[in-house]
Amino acid sequence: MAKHHISTTINGEPVEFLCNTEQTMLDVLRDELHLTGTKEGCATGDCGACSITVDGRLVCACLMLGVEAEGHAVETIEGMADGDKLHPLQQKFLEYAALQCGICTPGFLIASKALLEHNPDPTEEEARYWLAGNLCRCTGYDKIIRAVLDTAADMRGAS
Amino acid sequence: MPKDGIGASVKRKEDYRFITGQGAYTDDIDRPGQSYAVFVRSPHAHARIASVNTAAATAMPGVVKILTGADYAADGLGGLPCGWQVTGKDGPMVEPAHPPLVADCVRHVGDQVAVVIANSAAEARDAAEAVVVDYQPLPATASIETAMAAGAPQVHDEAPGNLCYDWEIGDKADVDAVFAGAHHVTRIELVNNRLVPNAIEPRAAIAEYDRATREYTLYTTSQNPHVIRLLMGAFVLQLPEHRLRVVAPDVGGGFGSKIFHYAEEAVLTWAAAKVARPIKWTAERSESFVTDAHGRDHVTIAELALDVDGKFLGLKVDTKANMGAYLSTFAPCVPTYLYATLLAGQYTTPKIWCGVQAVFTHTVPVDAYRGAGRPEATFVIERIVETAAREMGLDPAELRRRNFVPSDAFPYQTPVALVYDSGDYEGTLAAALAAADYDGFAARQAEAEARGKLRGIGLSAYIEACGIAPSAVAGSLGARAGLYECGEVRVHPTGSVTFFTGAHSHGQGHETTFAQIIAERLGVDIDAVEVVHGDTAKIPFGMGTYGSRSLAVGGSALSRALDKIETKAKRIAAHLMEASETDIEFSDGQFTVAGTDKSVGFGDVALTAYVPHNYPIEELEPGLDETAFYDPANFTFPAGCHVCEVEVDPETGRVEIVNFAASDDFGNVINPMIVEGQVHGGIVQGVGQALLEGCVYGEDGQLATGSYMDYTMPRADDVPSFAVSTRTTPCPHNPLGVKGCGEAGAIAAPAAVMNAVHHALGSRGVSRIDMPATPVRVWRALNAA
Repeated sequence: MAKHHISTTINGEPVEFLCNTEQTMLDVLRDELHLTGTKEGCATGDCGACSITVDGRLVCACLMLGVEAEGHAVETIEGMADGDKLHPLQQKFLEYAALQCGICTPGFLIASKALLEHNPDPTEEEARYWLAGNLCRCTGYDKIIRAVLDTAADMRGAS
Repeated sequence: MPKDGIGASVKRKEDYRFITGQGAYTDDIDRPGQSYAVFVRSPHAHARIASVNTAAATAMPGVVKILTGADYAADGLGGLPCGWQVTGKDGPMVEPAHPPLVADCVRHVGDQVAVVIANSAAEARDAAEAVVVDYQPLPATASIETAMAAGAPQVHDEAPGNLCYDWEIGDKADVDAVFAGAHHVTRIELVNNRLVPNAIEPRAAIAEYDRATREYTLYTTSQNPHVIRLLMGAFVLQLPEHRLRVVAPDVGGGFGSKIFHYAEEAVLTWAAAKVARPIKWTAERSESFVTDAHGRDHVTIAELALDVDGKFLGLKVDTKANMGAYLSTFAPCVPTYLYATLLAGQYTTPKIWCGVQAVFTHTVPVDAYRGAGRPEATFVIERIVETAAREMGLDPAELRRRNFVPSDAFPYQTPVALVYDSGDYEGTLAAALAAADYDGFAARQAEAEARGKLRGIGLSAYIEACGIAPSAVAGSLGARAGLYECGEVRVHPTGSVTFFTGAHSHGQGHETTFAQIIAERLGVDIDAVEVVHGDTAKIPFGMGTYGSRSLAVGGSALSRALDKIETKAKRIAAHLMEASETDIEFSDGQFTVAGTDKSVGFGDVALTAYVPHNYPIEELEPGLDETAFYDPANFTFPAGCHVCEVEVDPETGRVEIVNFAASDDFGNVINPMIVEGQVHGGIVQGVGQALLEGCVYGEDGQLATGSYMDYTMPRADDVPSFAVSTRTTPCPHNPLGVKGCGEAGAIAAPAAVMNAVHHALGSRGVSRIDMPATPVRVWRALNAA
């Protein structure tokens, strides 16, 4: 069967790609577009390692088909920094060492960014509930939560 | 001291690539022309293979090759080796063959029967489904109890009664005599629940063979690439080391599960020469559940004898340990030398006996998982000490104090072989109790009771043996490897430094910690230091990272290599300054002649070493590149105290952790920020074991908890923040005075949590609840009591 020709926007850039019907958005990002920052931890939507946003909405790339990207705006970890300028969340994760092995980190950063866009002033409980869709086996979540709350405070102060 | 030296919370050098999505994990790597492997795995726990028909699958689109157990057997290659031989009361353990591809009989769900190699992963998956295996199912046994019962299905013919070994430490009659005169005996039965490690990165591998150089390369998700090269090369595929390169690039968490040499690594490497293309395999999560070595799975009965003052007189422990279907790489030593030797805990218990029966079952092999034996030992000791205190009406903290090895008693010989090097158990207990506001508990409990909640507080004063291990000691106990570490310090002509370490970082932050040590010692900027790990082609040798050994053993190797660098650099500096070597002092990157203002910088010495125009060439080789192997003199003994406070809702059975405080003694700390993170992560793995995680097999050997929908991983909303701190007694026998911090949380937390849960439920008559203390278990216990 012929591949589908998809036109979409990824990290602000227009992108076209060919994919099979059954390929997930995660497969497309990793295998077709070589954007390997988005990780596969389970492929069942349970771990959040493949978190991306589509039109600003947080989704698991493993649960979305590549063809569904047609006409939408996709954001991945590769687009989070502005050139060499890290996003405040990235900067804060670095300062807090809110990561260890790093495999879940892109997903946490994308999910945290979506949280702060949705709710710029989350309580600790709200942050923990929002990020409960992302599994981390290394950090115990403590430093991640502190980094997110501290970033939120900084961003509120700056705006 | 440089600002980024020892003791500074330096930001991690590795993190930039991870936070920008530029980490290069095995599955992120593609090799030119690569094919994809999918394994055909047994859906049965136990079955005879009557036939394997690959004809239809071979004809499917994109299929490159299909290889079966028969093909592997025909090549006459080896099985997966076990790296540790335990000798029991009746002789050496039973060590059944462990074929990388099974030809005749599958022994657990997930056992690999064939490998399908195709042009794409999708084509390989489709073809794998078309491989027809004629299984003749046989009765299976999954639990320790059923495996040990008379007439149980046999996992291996050579292991009657499914017994791998029956091992003991201590003199049982001696201990029994102590019990006869005891004032009080506390007896507990407990289960140390089976866990699935669940590193978030699934295991993956890429193997390739270069026909021109006859060299094999294996990229793999390993904690110890040199160990994989040794085991796979020498024992399985019979490939010499100089033509076998193993690369463990960025690895997404290990927790022990990526120590072991797995079948897929050997099968891919073997097959790569046959297809003359690189082959890539990445586990699906469901595959991880049925192939990654599991952890724990002990059933234990323990008895503690006390005198009238609460002094411990003796401890008897009888443990059955589940090995799974085959012996994984280090499995036999986990419930013996990493467990029973720790049963003195922090206490002066004079008499200890422990018997361990290791049992085969039709389940995934069980091996080291974060803490490996030491969490199981701590759980036994700290549960029984807490129970004894409650039974005798003593404050659990006070009972511990009465029995601690005193701070002035080190080195301390325990009755179970180990010699503790240093510690301050009263100090860490006091610090943890203060952080937990132990004295204020009664008021909080009363307040909770007014709200209808049951509140409990629990302690866990743990000890672990880390810095694994003195090679001769390990060898005398059955280890088939040395357990030293290797490091090479390469000073470049312009004074920057590359450090090649045999340790492997998969989250531990070695690229930063080791760089801090080098910055401190050589006075160079931390950005002028690069740490390289995970590639047998670059690093002289290594035993890898597990057992909290990287800093205590790998850091010591670094320290020794730096000693050599400093010695040689001083000789060069002496020559440059026309002074005697004995008069040269070195600090902050400057060599000075004592008592003068003459000095030369480290960078100038480095340049001179590589541009030896003015150089003592007849006495000294050019260059500044030194390698050291460090074999530890003893284990290290990190210890501390964790205190957990819980609130139980009797209406729902839900346990909420309302406070968790820890005080740990890891010896000297290089990077406090990294250490704090290691403790946090360990605690949550321990909390997961205590409250959430439980691997469940059905009686038929089917894994009931084979996905994240069935196996409950701790998530951000399950846990609180933690109050952690460190107190230091330096390790007296390694050059950095360090002990290791990677496993403490996972070792201490389960007992702290479960002591708190038992405390909370004790007032309602609940005397035993096993891990994981899920809401349904707690609710049922409350309603049955």
